[in-house]
Order: sequence, then structure tokens, then C-alpha cells
Amino acid sequence: MAAVSVNGQDVTLNADPRTTLLDTLREQPGLTGTKKGCDHGQCGACTVLLDGRRVNACLVLAVQCEGCEVTTIEGLGQGEQLHPLQQAFIRHDGFQCGYCTPGQVCSAYAMLEEVANGEPSDVTGDGEVRLCPAEVRERMSGNLCRCGAYANIVDAILDSAGELGQRGEAGQ
Amino acid sequence: MRPFDYQRIGAVEEIGAQASDRASFLAGGTNLVDLMKHEIETPEQLLDISRLDLARIEDGEDGSLQVGTLVTNTALASDARVRQRWPLLSAALLAGATAQLRNRATTGGNLLQRTRCYYFYDTARPCNKRNPGEGCGAFSGHNRIHAILGASEQCIATHPSDMAVAMVALDAGVRLRAPDGSERELPVEELHRLPGDEPQRDTVLAPGELITWVHLPAPPPGRQVYRKVRDRSSYAFALVSVGVILALKDGTVSSVRIAFGGVAHKPWRARKAEAALQGRPATEEAFLKAANAELADAKGYGGNDFKIPLARRTLVAVLRDAAGKTGEARA
Repeated sequence: MAAVSVNGQDVTLNADPRTTLLDTLREQPGLTGTKKGCDHGQCGACTVLLDGRRVNACLVLAVQCEGCEVTTIEGLGQGEQLHPLQQAFIRHDGFQCGYCTPGQVCSAYAMLEEVANGEPSDVTGDGEVRLCPAEVRERMSGNLCRCGAYANIVDAILDSAGELGQRGEAGQ
Repeated sequence: MRPFDYQRIGAVEEIGAQASDRASFLAGGTNLVDLMKHEIETPEQLLDISRLDLARIEDGEDGSLQVGTLVTNTALASDARVRQRWPLLSAALLAGATAQLRNRATTGGNLLQRTRCYYFYDTARPCNKRNPGEGCGAFSGHNRIHAILGASEQCIATHPSDMAVAMVALDAGVRLRAPDGSERELPVEELHRLPGDEPQRDTVLAPGELITWVHLPAPPPGRQVYRKVRDRSSYAFALVSVGVILALKDGTVSSVRIAFGGVAHKPWRARKAEAALQGRPATEEAFLKAANAELADAKGYGGNDFKIPLARRTLVAVLRDAAGKTGEARA
């Protein structure tokens, strides 16, 4: 039994210790927004925030999360009131089938915080972090989209961050 | 996943006889949980060390840094001291995995991650590392990603870590704690072993031994450069990676450290190449000689033959870059 705060609500996850955070979230509070893609940490569809940091929920045992705060896609927006990132994904057509989208949005949300914190990426180099298409592509490489909506996803994220210049700039 | 007993460890002193060869330590879980899903790892007991007070980075003596085993890959790569004085380590960390994985993966866990050999992961195929004596599927099978240095007839798997390559070049060490409370220290270079006839053993750790700290000595002089060659530009393991720390004096190599990733069962410190360069003029010819010295014993198995010239060219390119002579030293 693990007491966890999920989207601000206290939940007791009653799990076999083998159960992952991903399966527990989907089956106990019934938060099916978090998707199971590869189940091996390779696709990012299960990305959630654990104590504010993005992780692959498929590789976290629920029993490890006692006392932690979990935020899922259901906790980013407020009901019909979508989060600005979700609105940007719609505006830029940042999906086709939509299966990877909750993970993309959670990942992007945390990624923008990482940039704000000044955390470097593989393309940052020695200096300060500056959000640009190359940074977004590198930092989002843990979220696969089999429909190939990548160019629009990059646009949506940059737009949401106020960093989108002329239309189409991000895709180049 | 096989059933196991779960125990959360509150302090290292609680680790005793339960830390046997039938138990595994669990930290970030990014590799272990995956291997347990595949039933490649089947511990009877999981000792969850993720709440131990070892997620700290502390200044050590003589300009060194002490990195707690639970410091995440993100935290270590982002640390201002590491970025400024050990940029090789930061670069290697950021070249590996994804942000989601680096947020969870720990320093000790990264060192102890297991090979990504396809045959090790495919439980329907033989693998001497998974089941000693069963045979090796890679030896005469698909071996594009496999070892060219230090392999044995039993195993040609590679160690997948980028971070460990930088640590070996930087002469980092690990502090180990045994279940009886005794401690010892070891260079990271001696932590991992070559496969020999015991490919099931990745490291020299005894059952129940825990990495508690990584010691980073003050960085040697010179420019630090990490380059990773892979099949796509992000989120892929290295075909070949090279870490170099190079200092010149009047055009001559005054200090050099070189390590390869993706070429062997362990992060490969290229001491033959270092010896060939020390005190020599920093020329293209000297760089090539050094690479050839290290790779003289390299052996391909068909699919990975390309790694030998790739390793040679990558090392020469990185040395050229570190020497600040891009395009100049082509004589």
C-alpha cells in the first residue's frame, strides 16, 4: 500500500509490488490519460511528472512512490479548460491518432521548466540555454510519434513558450 | 515479472545479510525494472535504496568532487561545478538516454546498467551472459553493435554507458560498502571487467556490495571533448564514443587521457594511444599512430568490422578538435 498524491488528491495505491506506476494509475484511480505504449521506457507515451520531474511511469514501481506527488495529463488542464500547451497542440495540429499526445504534453510541460531552470541538453554547449527548434527536438527525443507529427509538435511547444517566430520557422 | 519481496532501506546500516546474490538494489529502476519485466533479472528480494541520503554532490579535498550514488544523471549533468570543471562528464551524460530516463537514472545505477546486446535481451536465444554455458548468438549472428576490443569466445557484448567512459578518462573512483559494513575504494577503470570465461559477471562487485559514492579527482589540465557516433542523433547507444582530455605545450602533447565507449565489455581506457602521444608533436600523423597503436589488437566479427576504422577516425577527429587544429593538421 502506497499513499500517493495524484493531481493533488490523496490516493492509496493498493498494489502488488510488481505493479508499475503506469498500470496503477490507469487501473486504480482510473486515470487512463496516461498511455501504455512500449512498456519498456522507449516511447514516452507514459510520461508523467513525479515530484515535478518527467519520468517514464512504466519503469517506476508504484510501491516506490509512497509520499510522492504525481501529475498526469488529467492534472495539467482543468476539465474542459485545456492547458495552454494542449491548446497549442490543437492549434498546430500536433498529432494525428493522438495516442502519444498525453505523454508529449506532459513531457513538454516539464521540459519547459527544465529550460527555465537552465538545465543543459546535448545541443546546449557551454553557454546559457536558449529555447530553439534544435533544443526542442533534442529534449523531446524520448517521446515518439508514429504518425510523424514532429514538425507540428515542435511548433506547438515553441508557440506555447512564446518562442515561435514566423510560421514554419520551427520545422526548418 | 517474477514475484519478489520488497524492502525499503532507510539507512545504509540496515543493509546486512539480506543483501545476498539473490537480492538486487533498486534505485532509479530504469534498467533493472525493464530487465525484470523481461525476466532476465529475477531477484527474490528488492532492496529499495532510493530514499538513502546519497543524492548529494559535495566538494572534496584538493579540488575533487564527491558524487552520491543516488545523484540523478540530470542533476550531475546540470551541476555548475561539473559543467565548468568536468565538461567531459556533463557532455557524456547528456549524450545518453532521454530526459525522462536521466531524471530517474542514478550515478551508481548508470555504472551498473547491463549490456543492450540483442541476444542478452532475447530470452529465446542463447546467451552466455544470461545463462552461462548456453552459447553466444551474437558471435556468428547480428553483431553490428558488438565489441572489437577485449572480447572472448564466450561474449562479445559491450558496456552501454556514456557516463562511465567520461569517468574512466577522468580517473574517477567508486567507494563500495559490503554487507558487513566494510568499505573499499576502486578506480572506475577496475570496476568493470572483460568477459573472459565468466561473461555473466559485468563487474568485480561482490554479492551485496553497494556503490555509495563516486570520487571525481580534480580535472587534469587540457581541453575535454566527448564525441558519440550513433545511428541517430539522439536517444541511441553509441556505436563508438570517445572521451579525450588533451593538453599541449609548444605544440607538443604534455598530458592526454583517452577512453572509448561502445567498443568493449567495459569502458576502455586507451593507454596505448596515450603512451604513443605523450611528449609527441600534436600532428595528424601522431594522432593516427596513436589510434593505430590502440586498435592493433582490434577484432571484428563481421557486422561490426566497420567499428575498427570508425574508432580510428573518431579518435583522430576528437584529438584534432581538442588540439584546436581543425583543418590545420592534415599533413
